[in-house]
Amino acid sequence: MSLEYENDGALHAKLIEEVLSQYPDKAAKRRKKHLSVAKSGDEAGEDGEVLSECDVKSNIKSIPGVMTIRGCAYAGSKGVVWGPVKDMVHISHGPVGCGQYSWSQRRNYYVGTTGINTFGTMQFTSDFQEKDIVFGGDKKLEQIIDEIEELFPLNNGMSVQSECPIGLIGDDTEAVSRNKAKEHEKTIVPVRCEGFRGVSQSLGHHIANDAIRDWVFEKKDVEFEAGPYDVNVIGDYNIGGDAWASRILLEEMGLRVVGNWSGDATLAEIERAPKAKLNLIHCYRSMNYICRHMEEKYGIDWMEYNFFGPSQTEASLRNIAKHFGPEIEDKAEAVITKYRPLVDAVIAKYRPRLEGRTVMLYVGGLRPRHVVTAYEDLGMVIVGTGYEFGHNDDYQRTGHYVKKGTLIYDDVTGYELEKFIEGIRPDLVGSGIKEKYPVQKMGIPFRQMHSWDYSGPYHGYDGFAIFARDMDLAINNPVWDLYDAPWKKKTEPSTAIAAE
Amino acid sequence: MPQSAEKVLDHAPLFREPEYRQMLAEKKLNFECPHPDQVVTDQREFTKTWEYREKNLAREALVVNPAKACQPLGAVFAAAGFERTMSFVHGSQGCVAYYRSHLSRHFKEPASAVSSSMTEDAAVFGGLKNMVDGLANTYKLYDPKMIAVSTTCMAEVIGDDLHSFIENARDEGSVPRDFDVPFAHTPAFVGSHVDGYDGTVKGILEHFWKGKERTQAGGTINIIPGFDGFCVGNNRELKRLLDVMGVSYTFIQDASDQFDTPSDGEYRMYDGGTKIEDVKKALNAEATLSLQHYNTRKTLEYCEEVGQATASFHYPLGVQATDELLMKVSAISGKEIPETIRLERGRLVDAMADSQSWLHGKKYAIYGDPDFVYAMARFAMETGGEPTHCLATNGTSAWEAELKQLLASSPFGKDAQVWAGKDLWAMRSLLFTEPVDLLIGNSHGKYLERDTGTPLIRLMFPIFDRHHHHRFALMGYQGGLRVLTTILDKIFDKLDRETSETGVTDYSYDLTR
Repeated sequence: MSLEYENDGALHAKLIEEVLSQYPDKAAKRRKKHLSVAKSGDEAGEDGEVLSECDVKSNIKSIPGVMTIRGCAYAGSKGVVWGPVKDMVHISHGPVGCGQYSWSQRRNYYVGTTGINTFGTMQFTSDFQEKDIVFGGDKKLEQIIDEIEELFPLNNGMSVQSECPIGLIGDDTEAVSRNKAKEHEKTIVPVRCEGFRGVSQSLGHHIANDAIRDWVFEKKDVEFEAGPYDVNVIGDYNIGGDAWASRILLEEMGLRVVGNWSGDATLAEIERAPKAKLNLIHCYRSMNYICRHMEEKYGIDWMEYNFFGPSQTEASLRNIAKHFGPEIEDKAEAVITKYRPLVDAVIAKYRPRLEGRTVMLYVGGLRPRHVVTAYEDLGMVIVGTGYEFGHNDDYQRTGHYVKKGTLIYDDVTGYELEKFIEGIRPDLVGSGIKEKYPVQKMGIPFRQMHSWDYSGPYHGYDGFAIFARDMDLAINNPVWDLYDAPWKKKTEPSTAIAAE
Repeated sequence: MPQSAEKVLDHAPLFREPEYRQMLAEKKLNFECPHPDQVVTDQREFTKTWEYREKNLAREALVVNPAKACQPLGAVFAAAGFERTMSFVHGSQGCVAYYRSHLSRHFKEPASAVSSSMTEDAAVFGGLKNMVDGLANTYKLYDPKMIAVSTTCMAEVIGDDLHSFIENARDEGSVPRDFDVPFAHTPAFVGSHVDGYDGTVKGILEHFWKGKERTQAGGTINIIPGFDGFCVGNNRELKRLLDVMGVSYTFIQDASDQFDTPSDGEYRMYDGGTKIEDVKKALNAEATLSLQHYNTRKTLEYCEEVGQATASFHYPLGVQATDELLMKVSAISGKEIPETIRLERGRLVDAMADSQSWLHGKKYAIYGDPDFVYAMARFAMETGGEPTHCLATNGTSAWEAELKQLLASSPFGKDAQVWAGKDLWAMRSLLFTEPVDLLIGNSHGKYLERDTGTPLIRLMFPIFDRHHHHRFALMGYQGGLRVLTTILDKIFDKLDRETSETGVTDYSYDLTR
């Protein structure tokens, strides 16, 4: 149920000009390429309707000193891809900070006895000291691996997540990992995700994918009886339980989810992936690499899907089912029918409270497009969106989602985002923790769209109810009407609606 | 179907619905290749033993769940305490995203800082160009009065020289010649966030004081608070006390307004902080007092070098620690401690006397930054409590010796153990083998509370999972009252929970306690 609307492209073009005028010339020239207003697209492209064209320069270096919101390769590998693999110990190899700041912050839910057979919400660090920098840390890493084996014997493997200094001092974590893996008969995966590599989290994803290919696949005899409906879910990190709210639908339609990467995953789920029939990829940006590899090497097809909001969920269920034939297609229809009353009830309850409200998004590599239709299902309008670390193919795909006139910003700076929000005054901003409080100070409702603001799941039908409720409670809270002291300024008429 | 529009189930109840429980059980059985349940239970029980504790404490290389962060976090926090100051962290950019997130999650406030965004080419050729371009962009976009430069470990490993880089940037016109760009090298592989704080404050003082002549203004005092997640409440409370005394003072580094801006429609990127003019004048102060000794060792040395008297405290919290601070301030300033403050003190003592029966003999495990642990152990002893385990991952041997001396001075400290350099996985073993009544620390302690059942009181940075505690003071007599009440609430809530079973234990479910 795509909403029909067009955004105020003229205003957005003016805002772009205004922010660029504030930069030193050299920086303005570089930033200009990252900002645009979505133009009308070709009516129908190869992969369906293209609503707009939102080409900007992307996946290139951030400009120094402008307050980029991006993170680093380590964040992409340890924080995103590897960290959620629950039965492995992930060593943040280097100084203490990286592991400390990322400790338990991505809400990759899992079931297990933490510290005994699962290790997700723990911070294992080699806590580098000056002597480790001077003399190298390989000996220390060997000792760390031995100590992990002794104190956490039920770990099913380890990964060594390199922080900046490792690559600079020339440590050979590969050799250490290889030797120790042999000695302990365990999988040990060195990941060269030093934070200075690449331009954002994105290269960290890629390096982490390559590490799966090089250090996990075909390393063990995997005993597993494959079935005709085996799928891997790739790129669902189970934030607030997203992967669980997705899995339940895939199983209901008769598929067997043999691996979920990497939320709530065990190493076994990764090892057996090449035996599946189809790879279903949710976060394309972070895990397309390994899907392409599995396609080339093992002939496994992959397809993208989107479980945000009922329109995309329905379309995705049908697309996935098509791959498996009439029996699964019938079951998929049954699933859609089963959940339709829930969807109707959620929309009936929340759409009147959210209709026409405008939203600006700025998230990572998937959600800036994937959540668009979920908002539109609730009658909300997307006026601006952008990626921290998207590539060209992400912006191409964005054209399938956003309308003409939408403001597009790549690797937005703190300054630009603030000015865009001030100029547009949307009814809601969806971004990250660093953006949350500045936006709220301006009196604009905000939801964290990385962590679901400690809520979730947002995937699937069960998640959509929570998503709708959360957007409602953010926008319709009475606090936004209390900002002006009555003796200073006339207050705006109330827009909040009491909870039902 | 578990979900409904009428009553939307959040993740906690949703996944306890039968459909999900079955789904997760089957996932485990069919796809996870788990260890047998008995093996898991056995290992879990083993981790509670003395044998495991000994192995755990014998660790030499591995660090698990440390209670410390890295130097640049302290630098960014420190810079936030000066007027319109932007933190510029030279090195990889991901670090800055982490510091900002970390501070925002604790304070529930914006946290600004920029990075010089060094990548692989800068690792090879050095980050001079990043510094030159970066300073120009920051100066133009964010209109700061001062840019405080610190470093990530990347810049430190490749050996970038901040002083010459900044001078180069000036030559290239990135910032005006006379624009203030103090700096500090803050390697993440040395010390912890408290040292990054120290280096940054020292760097700022040196920047303004170096080569300037000092004319001592008798009776005036500089106060350096140190890295403090409760700076919002604490700094304001201390200023109130000093104002009541009529002391002439300057807070050097004061992030209390920066991390507590109002919501009124305007986003203030900068608010409050020590005025640059005041930093300059502070050279003339008679004395500089540090509220957290282990946060300011180098800074105080420098203050002594310029001719100031110095004294340091350990997070003045509780009765005697506050007494000592006020008496020192009184001695330097020549101002008497007024009767109103004596009455406040009396009220804290009164509250402690009223509640002493509930606190006497309670055993504590305390962890956090060195000065806080010292303070908390001292206050626990003032209430008749016994600090059984005192742990600071960033505690030094000097800290250990000093704390041991304090503990030896009281019969309540005779069984206390001090754990310098240990982490929270070590603490887990300590709590299993030598249990205590209360655990005092930060949000990371919640995993210890879950595993060992020890009630956690959050009084240390970072506090992510409770809101607004940092807005209230812990220091001073008023702060002591708040700490006291927080501890008592925890004790009474637990007691009520344990005695609330109808017809079984509720004879003890007393109305008055």
